[in-house]
Amino acid sequence: MNKLWLIIQREYLTRVKKRSFILATLLTPLAFMVFFVVVGFIFSYESGDKLRVAIVDEQQILDRPIPPEERLDFTFVDEPFEQLVEDIDQSEYDVIIKVPKVKNIKVKKFSAYYHSKKQLGLDMHNKIGDRISDRIRKYKMQQLELKEDQLESLNTSVTLIKENDEGESTFASIIGAGIGGVMGFVMYITVFIYGMMVMRSVMEEKTNRIVEVMISSVKPFQLMMGKIIGVGGVGLTQVIIWSILIPIGYFLVGIFFGFDTSQMSSIPTDAPAIDAQEAQDMVAQVRQELGNKNWWGIFPLFLFYFLGGYFLYASLFAAVGSAMSDDLGESQSLTLPITIPVILALYIMMVVVTTPQSNLAIWSSIFPLFSPIVMPARLAFSPPVWQIIVSMLVLAGTSIFFVWLSARIYRVGILMYGKKVSFKEIGKWLFYKD
Amino acid sequence: MGILQIENVTKTYGKHTAVNNVSFDMPEGSIFGLLGPNGAGKTSLIRIITTITRADQGSVYLGGEKLNSSHPSQIGYMPEERGLYKKMKVGDHLLYLAQLKGMSKTEAKTKIDHWFEKFEIQDWWDKKVEELSKGMQQKIQFISTVVHEPKLLILDEPFSGLDPINTNLIKDEIHELNRKGISIIFSTHRMEQVEEICEHIVLINKGQNVLEGKVKEIKNQFKDNLFKIEYEGSLPANILDDVKIVKQSEGAITIQVPEEKQSNQLLQRLLAQGVFVHSFNEILPSLNEIFIKKVGEVNAF
Repeated sequence: MNKLWLIIQREYLTRVKKRSFILATLLTPLAFMVFFVVVGFIFSYESGDKLRVAIVDEQQILDRPIPPEERLDFTFVDEPFEQLVEDIDQSEYDVIIKVPKVKNIKVKKFSAYYHSKKQLGLDMHNKIGDRISDRIRKYKMQQLELKEDQLESLNTSVTLIKENDEGESTFASIIGAGIGGVMGFVMYITVFIYGMMVMRSVMEEKTNRIVEVMISSVKPFQLMMGKIIGVGGVGLTQVIIWSILIPIGYFLVGIFFGFDTSQMSSIPTDAPAIDAQEAQDMVAQVRQELGNKNWWGIFPLFLFYFLGGYFLYASLFAAVGSAMSDDLGESQSLTLPITIPVILALYIMMVVVTTPQSNLAIWSSIFPLFSPIVMPARLAFSPPVWQIIVSMLVLAGTSIFFVWLSARIYRVGILMYGKKVSFKEIGKWLFYKD
Repeated sequence: MGILQIENVTKTYGKHTAVNNVSFDMPEGSIFGLLGPNGAGKTSLIRIITTITRADQGSVYLGGEKLNSSHPSQIGYMPEERGLYKKMKVGDHLLYLAQLKGMSKTEAKTKIDHWFEKFEIQDWWDKKVEELSKGMQQKIQFISTVVHEPKLLILDEPFSGLDPINTNLIKDEIHELNRKGISIIFSTHRMEQVEEICEHIVLINKGQNVLEGKVKEIKNQFKDNLFKIEYEGSLPANILDDVKIVKQSEGAITIQVPEEKQSNQLLQRLLAQGVFVHSFNEILPSLNEIFIKKVGEVNAF
């Protein structure tokens, strides 16, 4: 036990003290901050100078005037369109638009024609189009003698509320999907990065030839477990630091650069403008949903699946690392059988987030090679308790079994040099006596 | 009773028998040569002694006690395939390995300081292993093997990669440790080193013990009663009955006598004849010759 602790300490400390670890741990959130800033700039970027738009509205159907905007200035002009177009290079206007007559009040498609000094950007194209569309709508309303509030009252927003469940709404499932997706993805990343780290480190010890020195003092099992636990600790440290620093960075960017960081997640170009009241309601609802989640239940479970999944895969990676020589091609063919289920689990997780009660979701969250990634994604949807228990038991059992299995491969593999290793060969190792 | 007893030890890997019913007794406080050609089963045997693997059959006793999990801390093992963590600091690395052998941190620190002083490398503590030359790393490796003051030291090709100066340094250390009562197993292919260092040897071939005993006795056992005489003057025509001349040159002759004791008669007669004898030496076979002979013999089957 004492020796195991020494090994864990060394494996943990040598990694955490490494410059590359410190840099990666601190620079990643910084990189995210830079990313937020860049994305913020991109979203708030608006091209060019003010555009002067001349509108030739011969039929006088547009309501006047159109109020000027930040980068748009509308002027109604009575001169003939052709004349204006001819003089465009000398005129103060950048764009000249001709609005033809609306022949039929029921027309749904309408075209206006323009000439411009330079190419119009897509955003301007849309903006100008929107203004004209607004005015035509008003014109139609006048013609049909409709009032704004009458039209308003035609829109009814319907929310489906399930009554036989405690307050689960569609909103809850959207948030559940979000949380689940993030959790599953974090699991995927950590299992992969740190599992690979274990494998590389085992390989290094073997090619370094320190391994025989080590196992004349400690049992191969202690060496393997010490490494797995030590690297796991490094992973937890990094994930915890990131999960604190990245949100801080996100908010700092929001404060110092004044970007509305919420823009980045949803792109509200064509969506109907949400008024302030509605937005407030939504924030409140998100808060409530987040509050409704049983975090004290979810976090320990999340930790359990993290540990289970990590031990399961890291021990397999350790076994493969022990069997490898420094031949890279060979190493790839040996890791493939481990990486395939991890990647499959990620894809299943993506589907499961949208259909958390499907058969696929249920069975893949019990199957131990997938459950560490799929089940955390389902937790936010409050799956039935029996499924969680079965899944946990299966995962715990399988993890222990895989650790045992890997230890048997490991103890032989680390002392095997210069032999090309096949799966058949590895299979034989399982039955070697100590 | 010996420090190490090997009794009918057998170890197989799959279909391959690496160690086949090997027995020997290693006297306490001796330097013991474990010899054998490549693939003879030396490393497999050492791995059993160091508790890395377990014997399928037979038993191993260390200090009269059946091998158990408390023994690794009493053994220092320098494998032929050895290495260190390249990125670790030399001092930390030695501390780590010493602690894994069961020493406390303070105790280990004192001992390491002592060794650093001895090798005059006090300023190495904060150096990274990868900054050291191969020879320097070997020194560190040696310290790591002996720092916990083992009862039994196992050195597998300890001089490979060392220059003559460092070889002598380590050789002196081996002898000093041995004087302190530490028993040492010395495994190598270099027979001249075995002759120089070891008192006892065991020769293993194809997993089996083919020769065992004191170096002196083994040499006597394999000798051909050859004598080399360097002289001045002329030899009598007939030196002795049944003497076979093996080699003759100006002022030197190598002869074989049928019986060892006849060498005295021979010398007497030469002196009586007035031959001026510069030297009179018995030629013993080198371990190298014995090794080749023994291994060849077994392989001929």
